[in-house]
Amino acid sequence: MTSTENLNVDFTPVTDWATDFDHADPQYNRNAHEIWAELRGTCPVAHSDRYGGTWLPTTHEYVREIAYDTENFTSRAVIVEKMVPPDPAPIGGAPPITSDPPFHIEARKLLLPPFAPKKIELWEPEVRKLCRGLLDSMMADVAEGKTIDAAADYAKRIPVNVISRMLGFPMSDEDLFLEFVHDVLEGIDDAPEIRFVKIERLIQYIIAQIEDHVENPRDDLTSYLMGVELFGEKLSVEHVGGSIILLLIAGIDTTWSAIGSSLWHLANNPDDLARLVADRSLIPTAVEEFLRVYAPVTMARLVAKDHDFHGCPMKVDDWVLLPFPAANLDPEVFPDADKVLIDRAENRHSAFGLGIHRCLGSNLARLELTIAIEEFIDRFPSFTLGGTEDDVTWSVGQIRGPRQLPVQVLAK
Amino acid sequence: MPMRIHVDAEKCQGHNRCYALAPELFDVDDYGNAVVIGDGSVPAELEDRARLALANCPEFAITISE
Repeated sequence: MTSTENLNVDFTPVTDWATDFDHADPQYNRNAHEIWAELRGTCPVAHSDRYGGTWLPTTHEYVREIAYDTENFTSRAVIVEKMVPPDPAPIGGAPPITSDPPFHIEARKLLLPPFAPKKIELWEPEVRKLCRGLLDSMMADVAEGKTIDAAADYAKRIPVNVISRMLGFPMSDEDLFLEFVHDVLEGIDDAPEIRFVKIERLIQYIIAQIEDHVENPRDDLTSYLMGVELFGEKLSVEHVGGSIILLLIAGIDTTWSAIGSSLWHLANNPDDLARLVADRSLIPTAVEEFLRVYAPVTMARLVAKDHDFHGCPMKVDDWVLLPFPAANLDPEVFPDADKVLIDRAENRHSAFGLGIHRCLGSNLARLELTIAIEEFIDRFPSFTLGGTEDDVTWSVGQIRGPRQLPVQVLAK
Repeated sequence: MPMRIHVDAEKCQGHNRCYALAPELFDVDDYGNAVVIGDGSVPAELEDRARLALANCPEFAITISE
């Protein structure tokens, strides 16, 4: 990553996914399943010179191998961008997702208890109330026969509300959090100086929130992080702020994408929708199948040591994308991998990652996804896409999901 | 011999699939990691659930002895 000559060049469209892929190209997420299937068959570890050099494995075996290998790969940065961030291993800028062993587990243990299943289950009534309120606000448009946007006006609003309440941040700032998420996860193609300014705005906001919690401690995750100890000492402001950034950024876009993709599937597959409406006992397997097929999160690593990975000469500070959704679609591991089977009973998918960095918020994500689907189909037992696929816009970058999803509610 | 289940604590990363699928057989600790209930013996009527939990563990952390 010493070359700076290409850093300020605007994104150019991809013409060859095997040798010049770019996940910031809008065609990437829109056509991800086809791109991964083709690469898996012809070039299971693709390489692109973009972002200073990036690898893209697409088989379950390779994704899994890298996820478990904390010697040859570091997590100190997990969002592919044009400049490798300066935060050193083993802590990184947003612990514990950016942390490596042995520090990682100590930082992770601080955050596991508030996200354990029995703590998260308590949120169910609140999430249900939130979903119903969002659906209520769509009823006027539905009554007039207008389309509704199931991504922007429903899926997007659910996780941002829950995580800002958990962190004890003003709910009136929800739209600002959505801007932060967009800046961090979709602004990967920005020139480094522009990206720096955007990220600095996020950092300054978090610092102001921490200062407010110093003056007014309360029962929320921010005060919790400021009170816990690691190795006998309170966490540094950098650690608290980094963990908050992790929770804020990782907690919003991901679940929003999973909810949106699931509703996109149901809008396009009336048979699956009718089956789910008729038989609620299918919800748990359907949720896992949506997570498998539409897993929203591609993680990333940096190469920590020069080494040969199955014939690929990986060099220190090369980026490696870890597309868990591509792993979930590998026919070597999943029978009928390309089919969505909402009653699939055996589903060893890796939507929440594999190994020590398993998504900390997976229990919350599953709760939100399950309730969001239940409440939506309860209210609207029959609906279809309100337009064509061209009217659906998809995210860019490592998190994949619909950003605009026009839905036409049909009479029961 | 009754069927017995075992969770490898080194492999378990807290995906909680087993706890969701077979809460009669698996519990979770304060960190969200899985533990078997009791000595891991599986009543005959829950053997299918034990196999289902095994087949859904992303980390291959569950083993069954029969």
